[in-house]
Amino acid sequence: MKSSLRNLAIILGAAAALIALVAAVLFWPASNDGFILDTGFSGDTKITLTTTSPVEKSLLVPQNFTAFEENDPDIQMHPVKVKQKLSGGKNVLSLTFDAPLNRANPHIVKTVPLTSDSPALSLRVEQSYLGHLLFILISALLINNYVFTKYLGLCVFFGTSKRKKTATGMGIVFTIVMLASAIMSWFAYRYVLIPFHLDFLQVVVFIGLVSLSVQAVDTILRKVNPVLFKSFGVFLVLVIANCIIIAVPLYMASNQYNLLETVMLALGAAGGFLLALYLMSSVRERLDLAPIPESFKGLPIAFITAGQFALAFLGFSGLQLI
Amino acid sequence: MANTLTKPQLLGRGLLSQNPIFKLALSMCPAVGMSTTVMTGLMLGCAVLFVQVFSSLTIALFKRQIHPRIRIPTYTLVIATWVTVIDLVLAAVFPAAYAQMGIFIKLIVAFAIITMRLETFACKESVPDSFVDAVGMGFGFMFGMVVIGFVRELLGSGTILGYDVLGFKPFMFFILPCAGFFVVGLMMAFFNWIEQKYRERMANKS
Repeated sequence: MKSSLRNLAIILGAAAALIALVAAVLFWPASNDGFILDTGFSGDTKITLTTTSPVEKSLLVPQNFTAFEENDPDIQMHPVKVKQKLSGGKNVLSLTFDAPLNRANPHIVKTVPLTSDSPALSLRVEQSYLGHLLFILISALLINNYVFTKYLGLCVFFGTSKRKKTATGMGIVFTIVMLASAIMSWFAYRYVLIPFHLDFLQVVVFIGLVSLSVQAVDTILRKVNPVLFKSFGVFLVLVIANCIIIAVPLYMASNQYNLLETVMLALGAAGGFLLALYLMSSVRERLDLAPIPESFKGLPIAFITAGQFALAFLGFSGLQLI
Repeated sequence: MANTLTKPQLLGRGLLSQNPIFKLALSMCPAVGMSTTVMTGLMLGCAVLFVQVFSSLTIALFKRQIHPRIRIPTYTLVIATWVTVIDLVLAAVFPAAYAQMGIFIKLIVAFAIITMRLETFACKESVPDSFVDAVGMGFGFMFGMVVIGFVRELLGSGTILGYDVLGFKPFMFFILPCAGFFVVGLMMAFFNWIEQKYRERMANKS
């Protein structure tokens, strides 16, 4: 049991590393040629432009720079402050805005000609794709943890968090089924539901795919690794009664995620569930030994503990990745 | 297997002795996440009642045709069909309330209480009995949601169904999203305490 658990964890870890590597190779941001070397966000309210040579001081006034979100060109902003700093042979212009920028959306920055021989520039500023993927993962894992901040999957959460062993078992089985069903749901949504305008069948199709993947994992595990099946088989039925497994495909569909984003969302959601289960089971094992008033024993005290975890997870809201 | 309980007993069982929220502790997600006001609880309760009644009826009608090995996927698909129906109807008729409840209407498909009633009751019993049982369970769920919503709305914002009752706000804490856990936990403890006292009194009398 112990060693099979460890093997499974290694396989999962390796799969995650492989996905991250592929993403890094495929989507590493290409550097711009010419005058502008690099663009990017810095902090909540700043956009930085790295240039090859310094810009004349008289051009560094807020009116010369205009920024807007790519999908919302009507709302134009001027920076409140433009600063220039030379560091390590590179020249960095930083534009400070008075309101926080929505870093999830790409921004367009327009400038007047900054050197005598360059034209007026229109620059696209976006987070690196890897950063975007990482943000989806961390967001589903911690900031919008499905159990503690979205209150989903609670029946299974309270049912299987009495012992650490059951908690990890449930979490790992859930992660596998979640990944499989999210990927299948993405293909079904992208290549069947959208082309044939069958959007209204979302719920039926997604839950059907979940039952299908539960059945598939059940059959494969039974044949391939009967020992593992004996310890994990009981959790498979519970997976289907967990709201998270249907909430993730619905969220994916409403946000029009692509495949990699969907995988990250599924990993984050399932990892967050595993994390929540592990934390909760660690506390509940100790609660068994604690002197608790008779009427609070069992579920009531578990709910209050979960409430405290939820309060603690509120601390992650507002977390920003660089 | 014939059912030995009378119809009023079946109805009362869902409301009290086997209340889906406080006694069976199933479908806790909406009880924590969607119970800030009485109105949302009532709305979601109506939707669950609808899905529960119609899926129970469907399964009770077709129970002889369903092979036992594929019964769970069948239940899920039947529930998903009725959830899609209520989802589309609510989106068309009550767009404001629908926007407020957001994703939870679609998530009814994964509520454990509905599958559990199909598995333990509707697939064995007659159609009228299944209907009464489903109505009882649906109203039990609605009752639980309304009670939690009542406590949170009264204590959190001093109103009931949007009408100002108290004139002041006793504890803002109760309308915070994460207070749902505390309210449900405290109410469960309260019901346990009452049951305990009641049993002690019974034991003393005899």
